[in-house]
Amino acid sequence: MVTAAAKKIVAGASVGASVQVRAVSHAFGDAARALPVLDDVSFDVPAGETVALLGPSGCGKSTLLRLIAGLDAPRAGRIGLDHVRVVGPDPSRLLVFQDPLLLPWRTVEANVAYGLQARGIGGGEDRVAQALRLVGLADFAGAYPHELSGGMAQRAAFARALVNHPRVLLLDEPFGKLDSLTRMTMQEELLALARRHAFTTILVTHDVEEALLLATKILVFSPRPARIIREVDNGLPFPRFRDDPAFIARRRDILIALGHGEEFAR
Amino acid sequence: MSDLTGQAAGSAALPIAVRPVFRPWWPGLVSGLAWAVAAAVTGLLPDQVRAPVARPLVELEGAVAILSGLFALIGPSGWCAPLASHGRRVAALGVVVAVWEVVTAKTGWLPLPFFPSPQAVLDVYRIDFARLGHSVISSLLLLFPGFGLGALSGFLAGLAMGWSPEARYWGHPVIRLLGPLPPIAWLPVALFVFPTISAASIFLIALATAFPVAVLTASGVMLVDSRLYDVGRTLGASDGFLIRTIVIPASLPHVFVGLFMGLGASFIVLIVAEMLGAKAGLGWYLQWAQGWAAYANLYAALAVMSVLFSGLTMALFAARRHALRWNRETVQW
Repeated sequence: MVTAAAKKIVAGASVGASVQVRAVSHAFGDAARALPVLDDVSFDVPAGETVALLGPSGCGKSTLLRLIAGLDAPRAGRIGLDHVRVVGPDPSRLLVFQDPLLLPWRTVEANVAYGLQARGIGGGEDRVAQALRLVGLADFAGAYPHELSGGMAQRAAFARALVNHPRVLLLDEPFGKLDSLTRMTMQEELLALARRHAFTTILVTHDVEEALLLATKILVFSPRPARIIREVDNGLPFPRFRDDPAFIARRRDILIALGHGEEFAR
Repeated sequence: MSDLTGQAAGSAALPIAVRPVFRPWWPGLVSGLAWAVAAAVTGLLPDQVRAPVARPLVELEGAVAILSGLFALIGPSGWCAPLASHGRRVAALGVVVAVWEVVTAKTGWLPLPFFPSPQAVLDVYRIDFARLGHSVISSLLLLFPGFGLGALSGFLAGLAMGWSPEARYWGHPVIRLLGPLPPIAWLPVALFVFPTISAASIFLIALATAFPVAVLTASGVMLVDSRLYDVGRTLGASDGFLIRTIVIPASLPHVFVGLFMGLGASFIVLIVAEMLGAKAGLGWYLQWAQGWAAYANLYAALAVMSVLFSGLTMALFAARRHALRWNRETVQW
């Protein structure tokens, strides 16, 4: 099965992988003065689906994303990719942060090529050019990051991830610092990319509407230490509209779960 | 808005197009006058104190005066445009030379041998060219290997201290305790540890360069945004690849600050080491000139040092501009 997936990746198509999170707990600091951040979190993400992790800021959603990326190991519980335990970072699971975090001394093109170079994959020029076309930055291949707008820089960050044909895309409030119009455009583009390439997406956000627009399942977290307090299946058909009564009903449901009074949620 | 600017441009362009008036370039004119006065003072007034033949100095002053006059007529355009910003400085220099000439050779208000005339300093480059040239070369033969060795070892030490906590643990007390010691204080030790004075001087220059480079490199590495490492690691980068592609470029702005500090320190150590121990070089030349009360030679050597050291500093600036061209701050700087 692994070899079949590998063949597909070599052929140039992303293949979504399922993600398993099983009884994961995590804390910061040493054992004596541990600050718990995640409390017995379990969920599954089927291959190719988009799941949104929604919760108050600072609740530990981003920490969970780092654990799934393999940047840190959980104190308890296990995380799997297609039921294979995650033990470290790997280009099959890629993070896109709120800040683009491009390397300012590399051109856009060289930034996008970073992952291919790091793994010694030669002849990546075509893949880089294709990824830049995909995010609409073909004309800015030779530009330095400081010459880009915030939205363009974030597109470059997406291209840097997509060029590696990730199986899971981990998005940590990726549109959080963009203006609202750019954010809408990029949300639509992300939807199109996710459907076309069928990668699995785990999206951390505190924007209820963003979660409802993009995700098939929404997990609502409590304040720290984060527990899942509500699971919302979001089977709304695409395209989704913010003024759809079903959309509004779900938004109210989630806002109440987040502890905002009915007055405000209405 | 666009209407306004259109009008302004039109009214500004009109008089120039209709009646092209000749306007001299004032700094050129003033400079021409100042240098002409300097040439006249040097060439026409009789010397009151002993001074070498003034002819070469008069020719030099005359040439500057004629060139300035030429620029005053044609304006600072074309290939000489970059000189424009120096116009008033050149003019002031002409005044300084004229005054210097008057208070030394022409009146003797400032006494010999401490205050030689301009023609005496200029004469040094003619009669003592070989010795000065040899001094420059032997100084550079100490400075380049010393600075290069110090920059490289300081950079590597700083990289290790910034990257590895273990290297930081051992390196920190060394930097703390030995860093504040003036490198030249090691001269007695260096003189018996190293077989030659040259080797000792090179070691001291390297030491003076290495400390600031190591400290600044280490702090540059530690200031790298750790999220860039997260990005690199998830994209499949090994530690070696992270160091080459993220750690080194990200710390480069700090490294250059260290290199500037190191270069300044290396000049000091070079000259002092040559004054105290060496038998050649610019520092030795200063000592030698003082020993013979040849103050004209002393000033001539100081001028050479000034041009040499500021040239090296400018070369380092140029290298920095090239290496950091991706940095918005550098571009604007």
